[in-house]
Amino acid sequence: MAKLPSIQELVQSSLPRFPGATLEGTGWMRTKPAFTPGSYCYPAKLDTMKGLGMPNPHEWAPENEDWNLPQGWEKIIYKALEDRLKKYRSLQLFMDICVRCGACADKCHFFLGTGDPKNMPVLRAELLRSVYRKDFTLAGKLLGKVGGSRALDPEIIKEWFAYFYQCTECRRCSLFCPYGIDTAEITMIARELLHEVGLGIHWIMDPVSNCNRTGNHLGIQPHAFKEIVEFLCEDIEAVTGINITPPFNEKGHEVLFITPSGDVFAEPGIFTFMGYLMLFHEIGLDYTLSTYASEGGNFGLFTSSEMMKKINAKMYAEAERLGSKWILGGECGHMWRVIHQYMDTMNGPTPKHMTTPVSPITGTVFSHAASTKMVHIAEFTADLIKHDKLNLKPERNDDKIVTFHDSCNPARAMGLLEEPREVLRAVCNNFVEMPENTIREQTFCCGSGSGLNTDEIMELRMRAGLPRGNALRYVQQKNGVNTMACICAIDRATLPPLADYWAPGVTVTGLHELVANALVMKGEMPRTMDLRQEDLEYPDDVPEDDDNGDAQGEE
Amino acid sequence: MAFSLMAALGIGILAWALAALGLEMFVGFILPLTAFLVFLGGMIWRVTTWARVPVPFSIATTAGQQKSLPWIKPSHIDSPSTKIGVAARMGLEVLLFRSLFRNTAAQTINDEGGPKLVYWSSKWLWVFSLLFHYCFLMVFIRHFRFFLEPVPFFITWAEDLDGLMQIGVPRLYMSGAILLVAALFLLLRRLRDPKLRYISLPADYFPLFLVIGVALSGIMMRYWFKTDIASVKELIMGLVTLSPSIPEGVRGSVGGMFYTHIALVSALLIYLPFSKLAHSAGLLFSPTRNMPTNTREVRHVNPWNPPKKYRTYAEYEDDFRDAMAEAGLPLEKEPAPGLHEETAQ
Repeated sequence: MAKLPSIQELVQSSLPRFPGATLEGTGWMRTKPAFTPGSYCYPAKLDTMKGLGMPNPHEWAPENEDWNLPQGWEKIIYKALEDRLKKYRSLQLFMDICVRCGACADKCHFFLGTGDPKNMPVLRAELLRSVYRKDFTLAGKLLGKVGGSRALDPEIIKEWFAYFYQCTECRRCSLFCPYGIDTAEITMIARELLHEVGLGIHWIMDPVSNCNRTGNHLGIQPHAFKEIVEFLCEDIEAVTGINITPPFNEKGHEVLFITPSGDVFAEPGIFTFMGYLMLFHEIGLDYTLSTYASEGGNFGLFTSSEMMKKINAKMYAEAERLGSKWILGGECGHMWRVIHQYMDTMNGPTPKHMTTPVSPITGTVFSHAASTKMVHIAEFTADLIKHDKLNLKPERNDDKIVTFHDSCNPARAMGLLEEPREVLRAVCNNFVEMPENTIREQTFCCGSGSGLNTDEIMELRMRAGLPRGNALRYVQQKNGVNTMACICAIDRATLPPLADYWAPGVTVTGLHELVANALVMKGEMPRTMDLRQEDLEYPDDVPEDDDNGDAQGEE
Repeated sequence: MAFSLMAALGIGILAWALAALGLEMFVGFILPLTAFLVFLGGMIWRVTTWARVPVPFSIATTAGQQKSLPWIKPSHIDSPSTKIGVAARMGLEVLLFRSLFRNTAAQTINDEGGPKLVYWSSKWLWVFSLLFHYCFLMVFIRHFRFFLEPVPFFITWAEDLDGLMQIGVPRLYMSGAILLVAALFLLLRRLRDPKLRYISLPADYFPLFLVIGVALSGIMMRYWFKTDIASVKELIMGLVTLSPSIPEGVRGSVGGMFYTHIALVSALLIYLPFSKLAHSAGLLFSPTRNMPTNTREVRHVNPWNPPKKYRTYAEYEDDFRDAMAEAGLPLEKEPAPGLHEETAQ
């Protein structure tokens, strides 16, 4: 990986540039993206594309002049676009009604971090809209370039590849657009078009392929999945003295729990996963894990609606097979966009035996999930805390000054804003918000969502992370923030390098890692370590006449 | 931009010239009537084009707290879970440009802590867009004086309100002047902000020039090139009742400014359905704004939902059965010795 520029250099080079500007507003049509190492995501492997039955798989490389597009590729793109214009009102409308007012321009983290005008959402959409005009509108046909239209050529395909993979589908622009034009819709469809001519990226297609075969992105096979979880249970025992044996693929439990596989695989996600298990153990939740549906995340969302549906279908299928009454979902961003806005439509109605989720501990009926039968764990835990069902010692987190990163999808596709904050306020005493233009519905992306969390584009990721990094740095300098909590597995993978770059010294945690640190479990030993097995700055009192400390914990 | 300016100017000058050459009937009757019909047909075509495309997914952009737990206050309007909430959200979008009101401007600054990105509230676009649209509406309402006989009371009210400032004789209508100022602001904004200039197409300048032309010609007619109002009304009533007549007061070049005005308005009407100006109707169809956010509570149906195709548990277990058995995972079928050794790696 190339060396990253200094913050000073990076910010300096993020100031907007407008190459080839003309008064006709089409100067950008003459500029081309440069494909140099670090500027693009690696292409998907031929075998992966073939294995998934993707159309027109072929060998190609972004740095090559010729991308080996399939025979008749123009026709393929034309047909694919025509097909989607008939299927998605969003696309047809968003192609037609943009007035180019520019309100979206400086709302995009990619534009703010790169200064590249093609990263302004309006211009990103024009990359496709200009082609739409040429082929699908009379004015575009008659007026040509004056009408802002242009004919397809291979350079346009390259441009699409460059810029529709510099959009994380975070939908921040859609919040500010006076007509609600959502660039995520346009990016999703543009990526579908690219997939039609055999162009995909490794970091998306590999997880999709793994998820399809093994049940999760990382390709962890069932026995290995179980083993890893058992390792994590050993760590829990080392910290708490409590032995937990979570059920796998067992029939007849009330709840099926599904979380992103990143949580069982890598730090710091594993600490969040340990947190879930400790919470479930403590409240005696009747649940099971599944190795078949061992992935909450869904990179199908970044591939095509069909792929999203295919991968998501496993959740209800597994709930049906296991006889679970409802599904509890872990902390994840795009997983929750799929669950909240697509799942029921795509794969519902739910299996007949499933029922409206009810918390077995508090009796709260989650009527807002009456149809999907899926509850977010922040909702579930906030409810437990509200009903005082958890014995919490927030002082254990007193060494932490915590801020909260709203993930794009829970914020702008669900409106899950207060639930995680209620939990945070209960489990730690020092909670500080980042500036208001960077949180809640106005939150900025981590810079690496929608399948762009791949290391070969690290500088691009740090650039796209500029607004988030900048806000984090601000509260680090002003309030001494040293911990950033989040409810997204991609965040847990992407925010640590972002924090290391923008605000060194800030640790990234999941919400339920903090919950479990504060959670006083029945029969646990006095805690001297946090879940990361680092010494607690404020450890529990150890009784003087300690006979193994078993009885400690209840106050 | 030059192209758009020439086009708008051309239309105005041509109309004047044609009227001077004795083609008043064309510019004063055939053109506006055609324009009206094209506008009507065009808008119907445009709206049905959008309406007949399905909405496969419910994709509201949530701009506030969801409705979930009973003690957490949901944002009824910005994250509406009911039809009433959606109606309120759309109402605020249409009447007050709610989303544009959120606008901010990002700026990079340097201070002792190093380089920083800051966000300023930025409401100018919202202010001038609101002025632009509401003044246009007011001008539109006032013009019903020419279309209706007798003139209804609300038009007189609108005129009184609009002329409240009592400046000059004839009394200055604020709406016309503000419309012109707002249109000029929107034009200057496109020219001055490098981001905007970079993306502004002729299709963005052209309607602005048309509107500026319409407003200017209208104001000129009222205050300088005094046009005979009675004749104008006679002509327009003839238009409305489809009994064409060109009254004395607007014959030939005497009515030049009037024909320029009529031609620019006609051009605007014809242009509207086929251009970005259709955003007026389009906003009502926007799925990120007009859909409820209760998507976990009520199932949204996709009319073209394809059949489910996925890797079933049975296929999965077939693939991993031996390893699963060895790991002690529950199975649907017991492993047959020797059949699945390739998965045991």
